[in-house]
Amino acid sequence: MNAALLRTLTPTVIAVLVRRGADFAAAEDAVQEALIEAVRVWSAEEPRDPQGWLITVSWRKFLDATRADASRRQREDRVQAELTPVPGTEFDDTLQLYFLCAHPSLSPSSAVALTLRAVGGLTTRQIAQAYLVPEATMAQRISRAKRTVAGVRLNQPGDLATVLRVLYLVFNEGYSGEVDLSAEAIRLARQVAASSKDEEAAGLLALMLLHHARRPARTKADGSLVPLPEQDRTLWDTRLIAEGVDILQAALARDRLGEYQAQAAIAALHADARTAAETDWVQIVEWYDELVRLTDSPVARLNRAVAVGEADGPHAGLAALAELDPALPRHTAAAAYLHERAGDAVTAARLYAEAARAATSLPERDHLTRQAARLHAT
Amino acid sequence: MAKYLMLKHYRGGPAAVNDVPMDQWTPDEVTAHIQYMKDFAAKLVSTGEFVDERALSPEGTFVRSGGPGRPPVTDGPFAETKDLIAGWMIIDVDTYERALELAAELSAAPGAGGEPLHEWLEVRPLLDVSLTGTE
Repeated sequence: MNAALLRTLTPTVIAVLVRRGADFAAAEDAVQEALIEAVRVWSAEEPRDPQGWLITVSWRKFLDATRADASRRQREDRVQAELTPVPGTEFDDTLQLYFLCAHPSLSPSSAVALTLRAVGGLTTRQIAQAYLVPEATMAQRISRAKRTVAGVRLNQPGDLATVLRVLYLVFNEGYSGEVDLSAEAIRLARQVAASSKDEEAAGLLALMLLHHARRPARTKADGSLVPLPEQDRTLWDTRLIAEGVDILQAALARDRLGEYQAQAAIAALHADARTAAETDWVQIVEWYDELVRLTDSPVARLNRAVAVGEADGPHAGLAALAELDPALPRHTAAAAYLHERAGDAVTAARLYAEAARAATSLPERDHLTRQAARLHAT
Repeated sequence: MAKYLMLKHYRGGPAAVNDVPMDQWTPDEVTAHIQYMKDFAAKLVSTGEFVDERALSPEGTFVRSGGPGRPPVTDGPFAETKDLIAGWMIIDVDTYERALELAAELSAAPGAGGEPLHEWLEVRPLLDVSLTGTE
Protein backbone atom coordinates (compact mmCIF):
# COMPACT_ATOMS: atom_id res chain seq x y z
CA MET A 1 0.00 0.00 0.00
CA ASN A 2 1.37 3.34 -1.05
CA ALA A 3 1.03 5.78 1.86
CA ALA A 4 2.00 8.74 -0.32
CA LEU A 5 -0.73 7.93 -2.84
CA LEU A 6 -3.18 7.53 -0.01
CA ARG A 7 -2.34 10.99 1.30
CA THR A 8 -2.91 12.63 -2.08
CA LEU A 9 -6.57 11.72 -1.71
CA THR A 10 -6.95 13.49 1.64
CA PRO A 11 -8.00 16.99 0.53
CA THR A 12 -10.53 15.67 -1.97
CA VAL A 13 -12.16 13.42 0.58
CA ILE A 14 -12.36 16.21 3.17
CA ALA A 15 -13.93 18.46 0.55
CA VAL A 16 -16.52 15.81 -0.30
CA LEU A 17 -17.50 15.47 3.35
CA VAL A 18 -17.74 19.24 3.71
CA ARG A 19 -19.90 19.45 0.62
CA ARG A 20 -22.20 16.84 2.14
CA GLY A 21 -22.71 19.05 5.14
CA ALA A 22 -19.97 18.09 7.61
CA ASP A 23 -18.19 21.02 9.20
CA PHE A 24 -14.50 21.26 8.35
CA ALA A 25 -13.11 20.27 11.76
CA ALA A 26 -15.29 17.17 12.02
CA ALA A 27 -14.58 16.23 8.39
CA GLU A 28 -10.87 16.55 8.94
CA ASP A 29 -10.99 14.36 12.05
CA ALA A 30 -13.05 11.74 10.27
CA VAL A 31 -10.65 11.57 7.32
CA GLN A 32 -7.67 11.22 9.67
CA GLU A 33 -9.34 8.23 11.28
CA ALA A 34 -10.16 6.73 7.92
CA LEU A 35 -6.52 7.14 6.85
CA ILE A 36 -5.37 5.24 9.90
CA GLU A 37 -7.84 2.48 9.11
CA ALA A 38 -6.71 2.47 5.47
CA VAL A 39 -3.10 1.90 6.48
CA ARG A 40 -4.25 -1.14 8.45
CA VAL A 41 -6.77 -2.59 5.99
CA TRP A 42 -5.07 -1.80 2.70
CA SER A 43 -1.88 -3.58 3.64
CA ALA A 44 -3.79 -6.80 2.98
CA GLU A 45 -5.56 -5.69 -0.16
CA GLU A 46 -5.89 -2.32 -1.78
CA PRO A 47 -9.48 -1.46 -2.80
CA ARG A 48 -10.32 -1.09 -6.47
CA ASP A 49 -11.43 2.50 -5.92
CA PRO A 50 -9.23 3.94 -3.15
CA GLN A 51 -10.92 7.33 -3.21
CA GLY A 52 -14.41 5.83 -3.03
CA TRP A 53 -13.29 3.61 -0.16
CA LEU A 54 -11.89 6.57 1.75
CA ILE A 55 -15.02 8.64 1.20
CA THR A 56 -17.22 5.80 2.44
CA VAL A 57 -15.15 5.09 5.52
CA SER A 58 -14.60 8.78 6.33
CA TRP A 59 -18.30 9.42 6.07
CA ARG A 60 -19.00 6.53 8.43
CA LYS A 61 -16.43 7.87 10.89
CA PHE A 62 -18.08 11.25 10.67
CA LEU A 63 -21.50 9.73 11.32
CA ASP A 64 -20.18 7.70 14.23
CA ALA A 65 -18.78 10.85 15.75
CA THR A 66 -22.04 12.74 15.36
CA ARG A 67 -24.22 9.80 16.37
CA ALA A 68 -25.36 11.63 19.48
CA ASP A 69 -27.30 14.22 17.53
CA ALA A 70 -28.39 12.18 14.56
CA SER A 71 -31.14 9.62 14.63
CA ARG A 72 -30.50 6.17 13.23
CA ARG A 73 -32.89 6.94 10.40
CA GLN A 74 -31.05 10.07 9.31
CA ARG A 75 -27.79 8.22 9.47
CA GLU A 76 -29.08 5.55 7.12
CA ASP A 77 -30.22 8.25 4.72
CA ARG A 78 -26.78 9.72 4.77
CA VAL A 79 -25.08 6.39 4.27
CA GLN A 80 -27.27 6.00 1.25
CA ALA A 81 -25.98 9.32 -0.06
CA GLU A 82 -22.41 8.04 -0.06
CA LEU A 83 -23.26 5.66 -2.86
CA THR A 84 -23.95 8.59 -5.16
CA PRO A 85 -20.91 9.09 -7.39
CA VAL A 86 -18.98 12.28 -6.69
CA PRO A 87 -18.55 14.53 -9.73
CA GLY A 88 -14.98 15.13 -10.85
CA THR A 89 -14.37 18.52 -9.32
CA GLU A 90 -11.33 17.26 -7.47
CA PHE A 91 -8.95 20.10 -8.18
CA ASP A 92 -11.29 22.95 -7.35
CA ASP A 93 -12.21 21.29 -4.07
CA THR A 94 -8.56 20.70 -3.27
CA LEU A 95 -7.66 24.32 -3.89
CA GLN A 96 -10.48 25.50 -1.67
CA LEU A 97 -9.05 23.41 1.16
CA TYR A 98 -5.61 24.95 0.63
CA PHE A 99 -7.17 28.39 0.90
CA LEU A 100 -8.86 27.39 4.13
CA CYS A 101 -5.74 25.88 5.69
CA ALA A 102 -3.63 28.93 4.80
CA HIS A 103 -6.37 31.39 5.67
CA PRO A 104 -4.96 34.86 6.45
CA SER A 105 -6.56 34.73 9.91
CA LEU A 106 -4.11 31.96 10.88
CA SER A 107 -0.58 32.53 12.13
CA PRO A 108 2.11 31.04 9.86
CA SER A 109 2.86 28.18 12.26
CA SER A 110 -0.85 27.33 12.56
CA ALA A 111 -1.36 27.49 8.81
CA VAL A 112 1.63 25.21 8.27
CA ALA A 113 0.34 22.66 10.79
CA LEU A 114 -3.20 22.68 9.43
CA THR A 115 -2.01 22.42 5.82
CA LEU A 116 0.22 19.45 6.60
CA ARG A 117 -2.61 17.67 8.35
CA ALA A 118 -5.69 18.51 6.30
CA VAL A 119 -4.23 18.59 2.81
CA GLY A 120 -0.98 16.73 3.47
CA GLY A 121 -2.66 13.92 5.36
CA LEU A 122 0.20 13.68 7.85
CA THR A 123 -0.59 12.60 11.40
CA THR A 124 -0.27 15.00 14.30
CA ARG A 125 2.58 12.88 15.62
CA GLN A 126 4.50 13.15 12.36
CA ILE A 127 4.04 16.92 12.21
CA ALA A 128 5.04 17.31 15.85
CA GLN A 129 8.15 15.26 15.28
CA ALA A 130 9.11 17.22 12.19
CA TYR A 131 8.85 20.51 14.07
CA LEU A 132 10.45 19.20 17.27
CA VAL A 133 7.51 20.00 19.54
CA PRO A 134 5.54 17.65 21.84
CA GLU A 135 2.61 15.92 20.16
CA ALA A 136 0.14 17.47 22.63
CA THR A 137 1.37 20.94 21.67
CA MET A 138 0.94 20.24 17.98
CA ALA A 139 -2.52 18.73 18.59
CA GLN A 140 -3.55 21.95 20.33
CA ARG A 141 -2.08 24.10 17.57
CA ILE A 142 -4.10 22.18 14.99
CA SER A 143 -7.37 22.21 16.90
CA ARG A 144 -7.04 25.94 17.63
CA ALA A 145 -6.39 26.53 13.94
CA LYS A 146 -9.49 24.53 13.05
CA ARG A 147 -11.57 26.60 15.43
CA THR A 148 -10.19 29.80 13.91
CA VAL A 149 -11.32 28.84 10.41
CA ALA A 150 -14.54 27.16 11.53
CA GLY A 151 -16.70 29.99 10.21
CA VAL A 152 -14.97 30.30 6.84
CA ARG A 153 -17.09 29.11 3.94
CA LEU A 154 -15.37 26.80 1.48
CA ASN A 155 -16.95 28.41 -1.56
CA GLN A 156 -15.17 31.76 -1.42
CA PRO A 157 -12.10 32.54 -3.46
CA GLY A 158 -9.02 32.41 -1.26
CA ASP A 159 -5.66 34.08 -1.10
CA LEU A 160 -3.22 32.11 -3.21
CA ALA A 161 -0.26 34.18 -2.00
CA THR A 162 -0.67 32.92 1.57
CA VAL A 163 -0.97 29.33 0.32
CA LEU A 164 2.32 29.69 -1.55
CA ARG A 165 4.02 31.26 1.45
CA VAL A 166 2.90 28.36 3.66
CA LEU A 167 4.28 25.82 1.18
CA TYR A 168 7.53 27.78 0.94
CA LEU A 169 7.84 27.63 4.76
CA VAL A 170 7.23 23.89 4.73
CA PHE A 171 9.80 23.38 1.99
CA ASN A 172 12.45 25.30 3.90
CA GLU A 173 11.92 23.20 6.98
CA GLY A 174 13.77 20.46 5.12
CA TYR A 175 14.28 17.05 6.55
CA SER A 176 14.22 16.15 10.22
CA GLY A 177 12.60 13.06 11.58
CA GLU A 178 10.69 10.55 9.50
CA VAL A 179 8.89 13.01 7.24
CA ASP A 180 10.70 14.74 4.41
CA LEU A 181 8.96 18.11 4.54
CA SER A 182 10.68 19.38 1.39
CA ALA A 183 9.35 16.44 -0.61
CA GLU A 184 5.96 16.95 0.98
CA ALA A 185 5.98 20.65 0.05
CA ILE A 186 6.82 19.73 -3.55
CA ARG A 187 3.93 17.28 -3.68
CA LEU A 188 1.53 19.92 -2.40
CA ALA A 189 2.98 22.62 -4.67
CA ARG A 190 2.38 20.33 -7.64
CA GLN A 191 -1.29 20.09 -6.69
CA VAL A 192 -1.62 23.85 -6.21
CA ALA A 193 0.20 24.67 -9.44
CA ALA A 194 -1.93 22.20 -11.39
CA SER A 195 -5.22 23.40 -10.00
CA SER A 196 -4.59 27.15 -9.84
CA LYS A 197 -2.79 27.57 -13.20
CA ASP A 198 -1.08 30.51 -11.51
CA GLU A 199 2.35 31.68 -12.72
CA GLU A 200 3.70 32.19 -9.22
CA ALA A 201 2.46 28.77 -8.11
CA ALA A 202 4.41 27.36 -11.06
CA GLY A 203 7.36 29.55 -10.11
CA LEU A 204 7.32 28.22 -6.56
CA LEU A 205 7.14 24.63 -7.77
CA ALA A 206 10.06 25.25 -10.15
CA LEU A 207 12.05 26.87 -7.34
CA MET A 208 11.46 23.89 -5.08
CA LEU A 209 12.39 21.37 -7.76
CA LEU A 210 15.59 23.21 -8.66
CA HIS A 211 16.70 23.42 -5.03
CA HIS A 212 15.64 19.87 -4.24
CA ALA A 213 17.70 18.69 -7.21
CA ARG A 214 20.84 19.96 -5.48
CA ARG A 215 20.09 18.42 -2.11
CA PRO A 216 22.20 15.24 -2.55
CA ALA A 217 25.23 17.50 -3.06
CA ARG A 218 24.46 19.98 -0.30
CA THR A 219 25.68 17.88 2.60
CA LYS A 220 28.42 15.33 3.13
CA ALA A 221 27.74 11.92 4.63
CA ASP A 222 28.52 13.30 8.10
CA GLY A 223 25.89 16.01 7.68
CA SER A 224 28.32 18.87 7.13
CA LEU A 225 27.35 21.56 4.66
CA VAL A 226 28.90 21.84 1.18
CA PRO A 227 28.65 25.36 -0.29
CA LEU A 228 27.40 25.73 -3.85
CA PRO A 229 30.78 26.35 -5.54
CA GLU A 230 32.23 23.18 -3.99
CA GLN A 231 29.30 20.88 -4.68
CA ASP A 232 29.81 17.78 -6.79
CA ARG A 233 27.49 18.75 -9.63
CA THR A 234 27.27 15.17 -10.90
CA LEU A 235 25.16 14.51 -7.79
CA TRP A 236 22.54 17.03 -8.89
CA ASP A 237 19.29 15.42 -10.00
CA THR A 238 19.15 16.29 -13.71
CA ARG A 239 15.59 15.00 -14.05
CA LEU A 240 14.32 17.41 -11.39
CA ILE A 241 16.34 20.24 -12.92
CA ALA A 242 14.88 19.61 -16.37
CA GLU A 243 11.38 19.52 -14.94
CA GLY A 244 11.96 22.71 -12.93
CA VAL A 245 13.35 24.55 -15.93
CA ASP A 246 10.45 23.48 -18.14
CA ILE A 247 7.89 24.63 -15.59
CA LEU A 248 9.72 27.91 -15.07
CA GLN A 249 10.02 28.66 -18.79
CA ALA A 250 6.32 28.03 -19.34
CA ALA A 251 5.51 30.38 -16.46
CA LEU A 252 7.92 33.12 -17.57
CA ALA A 253 6.50 32.97 -21.11
CA ARG A 254 3.19 34.20 -19.73
CA ASP A 255 4.88 37.42 -18.67
CA ARG A 256 3.50 37.77 -15.17
CA LEU A 257 6.69 37.86 -13.19
CA GLY A 258 6.70 37.40 -9.43
CA GLU A 259 9.20 36.72 -6.67
CA TYR A 260 9.09 32.92 -6.89
CA GLN A 261 9.69 32.96 -10.63
CA ALA A 262 12.62 35.33 -10.14
CA GLN A 263 14.11 33.12 -7.42
CA ALA A 264 13.58 30.06 -9.60
CA ALA A 265 15.32 31.83 -12.49
CA ILE A 266 18.37 32.35 -10.27
CA ALA A 267 18.30 28.70 -9.21
CA ALA A 268 17.99 27.68 -12.86
CA LEU A 269 21.07 29.71 -13.81
CA HIS A 270 23.06 27.90 -11.13
CA ALA A 271 21.70 24.58 -12.34
CA ASP A 272 22.70 25.49 -15.88
CA ALA A 273 26.41 25.87 -15.04
CA ARG A 274 28.40 22.67 -15.45
CA THR A 275 31.08 24.07 -13.15
CA ALA A 276 30.93 26.88 -10.59
CA ALA A 277 33.28 28.91 -12.81
CA GLU A 278 30.80 28.76 -15.70
CA THR A 279 28.05 30.41 -13.65
CA ASP A 280 26.45 33.34 -15.46
CA TRP A 281 26.77 35.82 -12.59
CA VAL A 282 25.90 38.83 -14.75
CA GLN A 283 22.47 37.38 -15.47
CA ILE A 284 22.10 36.33 -11.84
CA VAL A 285 22.70 39.91 -10.72
CA GLU A 286 20.02 41.05 -13.19
CA TRP A 287 17.56 38.59 -11.66
CA TYR A 288 18.44 39.80 -8.18
CA ASP A 289 17.71 43.33 -9.40
CA GLU A 290 14.26 42.07 -10.45
CA LEU A 291 13.83 40.35 -7.12
CA VAL A 292 14.76 43.50 -5.19
CA ARG A 293 12.33 45.46 -7.36
CA LEU A 294 9.55 42.92 -6.70
CA THR A 295 10.05 42.40 -2.99
CA ASP A 296 12.31 45.18 -1.69
CA SER A 297 13.59 42.42 0.59
CA PRO A 298 16.84 43.08 2.51
CA VAL A 299 17.72 39.40 2.13
CA ALA A 300 17.48 39.75 -1.65
CA ARG A 301 19.76 42.80 -1.46
CA LEU A 302 22.28 40.83 0.58
CA ASN A 303 22.29 37.96 -1.91
CA ARG A 304 22.57 40.49 -4.71
CA ALA A 305 25.72 41.95 -3.09
CA VAL A 306 27.30 38.49 -3.05
CA ALA A 307 26.35 37.98 -6.72
CA VAL A 308 27.84 41.39 -7.56
CA GLY A 309 31.02 40.18 -5.87
CA GLU A 310 31.11 37.27 -8.32
CA ALA A 311 30.17 39.30 -11.39
CA ASP A 312 32.26 42.43 -10.82
CA GLY A 313 34.84 41.30 -8.31
CA PRO A 314 34.95 41.13 -4.50
CA HIS A 315 35.55 44.84 -4.01
CA ALA A 316 32.37 45.69 -5.90
CA GLY A 317 30.58 43.10 -3.74
CA LEU A 318 31.94 44.63 -0.54
CA ALA A 319 30.84 48.08 -1.74
CA ALA A 320 27.31 46.76 -2.35
CA LEU A 321 27.38 45.07 1.05
CA ALA A 322 28.48 48.28 2.77
CA GLU A 323 25.18 49.90 1.81
CA LEU A 324 23.20 47.30 3.78
CA ASP A 325 22.37 46.99 7.47
CA PRO A 326 25.17 44.97 9.15
CA ALA A 327 22.55 43.43 11.46
CA LEU A 328 21.01 41.50 8.53
CA PRO A 329 21.19 37.73 8.91
CA ARG A 330 24.28 36.34 7.15
CA HIS A 331 25.72 39.82 6.56
CA THR A 332 28.89 38.91 8.46
CA ALA A 333 29.22 35.58 6.65
CA ALA A 334 28.87 37.33 3.28
CA ALA A 335 31.48 39.91 4.32
CA ALA A 336 33.84 37.11 5.39
CA TYR A 337 33.46 35.39 2.03
CA LEU A 338 34.04 38.58 0.02
CA HIS A 339 37.08 39.57 2.13
CA GLU A 340 38.59 36.15 1.56
CA ARG A 341 38.07 36.53 -2.19
CA ALA A 342 39.67 39.96 -1.97
CA GLY A 343 42.75 38.31 -0.46
CA ASP A 344 42.35 39.47 3.14
CA ALA A 345 42.49 36.13 4.97
CA VAL A 346 42.99 37.68 8.41
CA THR A 347 39.83 39.79 8.25
CA ALA A 348 37.95 36.89 6.65
CA ALA A 349 38.94 34.48 9.44
CA ARG A 350 37.85 36.95 12.12
CA LEU A 351 34.52 37.54 10.36
CA TYR A 352 33.88 33.81 9.80
CA ALA A 353 34.37 33.20 13.53
CA GLU A 354 32.03 36.10 14.29
CA ALA A 355 29.47 34.81 11.78
CA ALA A 356 29.64 31.36 13.41
CA ARG A 357 28.61 32.88 16.74
CA ALA A 358 25.61 34.52 15.06
CA ALA A 359 24.57 31.45 13.05
CA THR A 360 21.01 30.22 13.55
CA SER A 361 21.55 26.54 12.76
CA LEU A 362 24.11 23.97 13.82
CA PRO A 363 25.17 22.92 10.30
CA GLU A 364 25.67 26.56 9.40
CA ARG A 365 27.58 27.30 12.59
CA ASP A 366 29.83 24.29 12.12
CA HIS A 367 30.44 25.24 8.51
CA LEU A 368 31.44 28.81 9.40
CA THR A 369 33.69 27.58 12.21
CA ARG A 370 35.40 25.28 9.70
CA GLN A 371 35.87 28.21 7.32
CA ALA A 372 37.56 30.21 10.08
CA ALA A 373 39.66 27.18 10.97
CA ARG A 374 40.66 26.69 7.33
CA LEU A 375 41.96 30.26 7.06
CA HIS A 376 43.80 29.96 10.38
CA ALA A 377 45.46 26.77 9.24
CA THR A 378 46.92 28.36 6.09
CA MET B 1 16.42 5.91 36.70
CA ALA B 2 17.20 9.55 37.28
CA LYS B 3 17.57 12.39 34.85
CA TYR B 4 20.57 14.67 34.75
CA LEU B 5 21.27 17.81 32.80
CA MET B 6 24.77 18.10 31.43
CA LEU B 7 25.55 21.76 30.77
CA LYS B 8 28.28 22.99 28.52
CA HIS B 9 29.39 26.56 29.17
CA TYR B 10 30.96 28.98 26.73
CA ARG B 11 32.41 30.55 29.85
CA GLY B 12 31.73 30.58 33.56
CA GLY B 13 33.39 27.31 34.56
CA PRO B 14 37.10 26.65 34.98
CA ALA B 15 39.09 26.71 31.76
CA ALA B 16 39.40 23.47 29.77
CA VAL B 17 42.76 21.70 29.84
CA ASN B 18 43.06 22.00 26.05
CA ASP B 19 41.76 25.57 25.82
CA VAL B 20 42.28 26.67 22.20
CA PRO B 21 39.20 28.38 20.65
CA MET B 22 37.52 26.22 18.01
CA ASP B 23 38.01 28.62 15.11
CA GLN B 24 41.75 28.20 15.61
CA TRP B 25 41.72 24.43 15.19
CA THR B 26 42.30 22.82 11.82
CA PRO B 27 39.16 21.99 9.79
CA ASP B 28 39.81 18.28 10.34
CA GLU B 29 39.99 18.81 14.08
CA VAL B 30 36.64 20.64 13.95
CA THR B 31 35.15 17.76 11.97
CA ALA B 32 36.56 15.17 14.40
CA HIS B 33 35.08 17.07 17.34
CA ILE B 34 31.61 17.31 15.78
CA GLN B 35 31.71 13.63 14.88
CA TYR B 36 32.65 12.70 18.45
CA MET B 37 29.65 14.65 19.79
CA LYS B 38 27.31 12.98 17.29
CA ASP B 39 28.66 9.51 18.02
CA PHE B 40 28.31 10.14 21.74
CA ALA B 41 24.64 11.12 21.41
CA ALA B 42 23.97 8.18 19.08
CA LYS B 43 25.56 5.81 21.59
CA LEU B 44 23.31 7.10 24.37
CA VAL B 45 20.27 6.64 22.15
CA SER B 46 21.32 3.03 21.60
CA THR B 47 21.85 2.42 25.33
CA GLY B 48 18.45 3.95 26.10
CA GLU B 49 19.91 6.80 28.14
CA PHE B 50 19.46 9.77 25.79
CA VAL B 51 16.64 12.24 26.45
CA ASP B 52 17.36 15.50 24.67
CA GLU B 53 20.10 17.81 23.53
CA ARG B 54 20.20 21.31 22.09
CA ALA B 55 22.81 23.91 21.36
CA LEU B 56 22.13 27.55 22.20
CA SER B 57 23.02 30.74 20.44
CA PRO B 58 25.44 32.79 22.53
CA GLU B 59 23.30 35.91 22.10
CA GLY B 60 20.58 36.31 24.70
CA THR B 61 18.42 39.02 26.22
CA PHE B 62 17.15 39.54 29.76
CA VAL B 63 13.42 40.28 29.91
CA ARG B 64 11.00 41.17 32.67
CA SER B 65 7.41 42.32 32.84
CA GLY B 66 6.92 46.05 32.49
CA GLY B 67 3.59 45.86 34.33
CA PRO B 68 0.02 45.46 33.08
CA GLY B 69 -0.57 46.94 29.62
CA ARG B 70 3.06 47.89 29.20
CA PRO B 71 5.61 46.37 26.85
CA PRO B 72 8.20 43.95 28.24
CA VAL B 73 11.37 45.49 29.61
CA THR B 74 14.52 44.08 28.07
CA ASP B 75 18.13 44.37 29.00
CA GLY B 76 21.33 43.05 27.53
CA PRO B 77 22.83 41.23 25.82
CA PHE B 78 25.66 41.56 28.30
CA ALA B 79 29.02 41.00 26.72
CA GLU B 80 30.60 40.46 30.12
CA THR B 81 28.10 38.00 31.63
CA LYS B 82 30.21 35.63 33.68
CA ASP B 83 28.22 32.51 32.94
CA LEU B 84 27.21 31.63 29.39
CA ILE B 85 25.55 28.32 28.56
CA ALA B 86 26.46 26.82 25.19
CA GLY B 87 24.08 23.89 25.21
CA TRP B 88 22.76 20.96 27.11
CA MET B 89 22.18 17.25 27.00
CA ILE B 90 19.68 15.50 29.23
CA ILE B 91 20.36 11.88 30.09
CA ASP B 92 18.32 9.32 31.96
CA VAL B 93 20.63 6.96 33.83
CA ASP B 94 20.56 4.46 36.67
CA THR B 95 23.05 6.12 38.96
CA TYR B 96 24.77 9.40 39.69
CA GLU B 97 28.08 7.65 39.01
CA ARG B 98 26.90 6.79 35.51
CA ALA B 99 26.01 10.45 34.93
CA LEU B 100 29.51 11.50 35.97
CA GLU B 101 31.06 8.80 33.82
CA LEU B 102 29.14 10.01 30.75
CA ALA B 103 29.90 13.66 31.43
CA ALA B 104 33.59 12.79 31.69
CA GLU B 105 33.42 10.94 28.40
CA LEU B 106 31.76 13.92 26.73
CA SER B 107 34.33 16.26 28.26
CA ALA B 108 37.09 14.29 26.54
CA ALA B 109 35.89 15.23 23.03
CA PRO B 110 38.90 15.95 20.84
CA GLY B 111 40.03 19.54 20.30
CA ALA B 112 43.13 21.31 19.01
CA GLY B 113 45.87 18.90 17.97
CA GLY B 114 43.35 16.06 18.26
CA GLU B 115 43.99 16.11 22.03
CA PRO B 116 41.00 15.73 24.38
CA LEU B 117 39.49 19.02 25.51
CA HIS B 118 39.00 17.90 29.10
CA GLU B 119 36.55 20.76 29.36
CA TRP B 120 34.42 21.22 32.47
CA LEU B 121 30.79 20.20 32.16
CA GLU B 122 28.23 20.89 34.83
CA VAL B 123 26.02 17.97 35.91
CA ARG B 124 22.73 18.94 37.54
CA PRO B 125 20.04 16.49 38.71
CA LEU B 126 16.57 17.25 37.36
CA LEU B 127 13.90 17.38 40.05
CA ASP B 128 11.15 14.78 39.75
CA VAL B 129 7.83 16.25 38.67
CA SER B 130 5.63 13.97 40.80
CA LEU B 131 5.66 12.07 44.05
CA THR B 132 6.75 8.48 43.89
CA GLY B 133 3.95 5.93 44.03
CA THR B 134 5.19 4.30 47.23
CA GLU B 135 5.42 6.07 50.55
